[in-house]
Amino acid sequence: MPVAPALEAVGVRKTYGDGTTALAGVDLAVATGETLALVGESGSGKTTLLRLWNRMVEPTSGEARVEGRAVRDLDPIELRLRIGYVPQDGGLLPHWTVFENVALVPRLLGWEPRRRRERAREMLELVGLDPGLHGERYSAELSGGQRQRAAFARALAGDAAIVLLDEPFGALDALTRQELQQQFLELKGRLGKTMTLVTHDLGEAFRLGDRIGVMRGGRLLRLDTPEEIARHPGDDYVRRLLDLRAGLDPAPIPGGASAL
Amino acid sequence: MILLTALPVQAAGGTVVVGSKNFEESRLLAEIFAQLIEGRTGLKVERRLGLAGTQVCFEALRTGAIDLYPEYTGTGLVTLLGEPARGSANQILNRVRSEFLARWDLWWLSPLGFENSFEVAVPAELARREGLDTLTDLARVAPRLRGGFGYEFVGREDGLLGLAKAYGLHFRQVQPMQQAIQYRAAGERRIDALDVYTTDGRLVLYNLKVLRDDRHFFPPYEAAALTRGTALRAHPEVGAALGLLGGALDADRMRALNLRLQEGHESEAVVARDALRDLGLAGAAARGKRQEGRSHGAGLLPYLWQERSALLRRTLEHLGLSALALGFGCLAAIPLGLFLERHRRPAEGVIRGLGLTQTIPSLALLAFFIPFLGVGALPAVVALWIYSLYPIVRNTFTGVRDADPRAVEAATALGMTDGQVLRLVRLPLAAPVLMAGVRTAAVLTIGTATLAAFIGAGGLGEPIVTGLQLADSRMILSGAIPAALLALLVDGVLGRVEGALRPPGLEARR
Repeated sequence: MPVAPALEAVGVRKTYGDGTTALAGVDLAVATGETLALVGESGSGKTTLLRLWNRMVEPTSGEARVEGRAVRDLDPIELRLRIGYVPQDGGLLPHWTVFENVALVPRLLGWEPRRRRERAREMLELVGLDPGLHGERYSAELSGGQRQRAAFARALAGDAAIVLLDEPFGALDALTRQELQQQFLELKGRLGKTMTLVTHDLGEAFRLGDRIGVMRGGRLLRLDTPEEIARHPGDDYVRRLLDLRAGLDPAPIPGGASAL
Repeated sequence: MILLTALPVQAAGGTVVVGSKNFEESRLLAEIFAQLIEGRTGLKVERRLGLAGTQVCFEALRTGAIDLYPEYTGTGLVTLLGEPARGSANQILNRVRSEFLARWDLWWLSPLGFENSFEVAVPAELARREGLDTLTDLARVAPRLRGGFGYEFVGREDGLLGLAKAYGLHFRQVQPMQQAIQYRAAGERRIDALDVYTTDGRLVLYNLKVLRDDRHFFPPYEAAALTRGTALRAHPEVGAALGLLGGALDADRMRALNLRLQEGHESEAVVARDALRDLGLAGAAARGKRQEGRSHGAGLLPYLWQERSALLRRTLEHLGLSALALGFGCLAAIPLGLFLERHRRPAEGVIRGLGLTQTIPSLALLAFFIPFLGVGALPAVVALWIYSLYPIVRNTFTGVRDADPRAVEAATALGMTDGQVLRLVRLPLAAPVLMAGVRTAAVLTIGTATLAAFIGAGGLGEPIVTGLQLADSRMILSGAIPAALLALLVDGVLGRVEGALRPPGLEARR
């Protein structure tokens, strides 16, 4: 019997009350231990897709599954406690110290304070923050890169097997972004988590993703390894993206989309 | 609310509650009643002096918040029964006696012996110059004159309204004003005519000429204790004691006594004690020490020092009223604000509706509850409570709604329940805004609580209300200054609380 994929979307559609369609029928699966990079411009539906798995968004039709079970049958709180989450701006609670933030999920899971603190310390070291130096600081006292590191530590602290990242490096300057991407790659190799990462930067997707899903207008245009996509774009839009990335003079993209 | 209704509003066991209206003679008569009852019976007397006008007094009596107060038969006939002012003093007395008994079980005890009536006076110099002797004369020149009349007089059928019909009396301008201020205004010739009453002691002092009522418009009014039947049956000795005053006070004596209050600035307790002594009615236990003579002429600070124990009591009362209102305000408004934040659709409407309460004049709101809740602390706390709701609801709603949405979203996505998000994220982040609402409400409540004295709830408004009635600025300040300081102090303390509740980490962002 084949092992169920860690994350799965089956024919998911999402139409909002105002009539906008965020997802127009998407099927995909993320294998355990795999890192999927979803790439697309704003409004392509990539973030909506991501949020189906921790039930921050409910699909209009279709089904999101986690480890083979439909999320709609799972208690959302229990589900979310099992899935790490890193939002774009870190989303640290501004009135809690870095320690408290990182220990958030352990706290919700009812761990002992001592164990929580130990865990927070470990996680901070893991993401390259000095617990002694940064642990007692508040979000406002951190740099953008430090915030993202702390947010990543927080997502890992509950020992979730799955981590969802919503443009985790999007708001950072180029240098910091590169540094964090490097560290992400190291951790990815060490931790063996299943991760789905949303980005609008094709370069980032190529660097970090085991596979890349290209989204546009609520549809998944391509889903393949970076190498395969580079070799056989298969779709006009994807080809143009690649051209853009290669720094070639791109032909205008049909549909009027500008540079990403 | 359960706790509030348990507050003693009704006269309990051996206590009689005496009320008065907000002018000197009414206060004095009430104090005379009170001392007489204290001296001649074993009953305790609770004083609710200076209630805001005939309606407030009457409603307080009808609902049992007070047991008796001095009233005038003509006022009973015209203002309370709504009948035309016609007939002799005796006819009027018989009419109100039978009607009040039948309708409300209220008893007019023996009239005190003086007839009192409204009259209209003008500065003597003006009367000489214009040859004014009667109200008919006045009607001739009135279109050139400014009238300054008491608030009640302006609106009463047996006051200015009736005068306009009976004499065709129309002034160029009519300024409603406090009785105590009218004399000063007339003295300074800022008004040309004012309403006075027969027993007013100040007529002589201010060089005023009373105009003859040549068409016999003003009915003769007799003063008497208007009393609840239930109180008389429960304590027959009250009727017996007050009966001793029947016919005992004539107009000359009343004028002299009133003058001591009005211009001598003596306290009604002292004047009442002297009056009872002169009448040979001084009881064994006449307790005149409640408000010893208001030694006139001393500066504000010595006066405040002299009044320190009363000041402390009033401050505590004031704080108590405000704290109760604010406490219940928080208990109701914070949950309501949170509820509305969850149910946005009705939110704006509900909050706007609450905002409307802020536009209701405070005194009107206070008076509104008298028919249901009587007078005293209960209606005052309820009215203040209503005032406190809006700022707290508004700020709770806004504060929680606008709490850092990214933090809220992250907390939810990481597995917090709605309750945890509220308790651990939204409320702490909203705390500064929420507390700002509580502070606004606190300052508002402490300020408005000064008006509670108008409905007999005590507090720092007491000397303000009395001082207004007696035109005693020192007395007004002895309430106004502590009230202002109290508001500043409470605001300061709540500011510290706000600082303590401000989540750490929010400072650095600035």
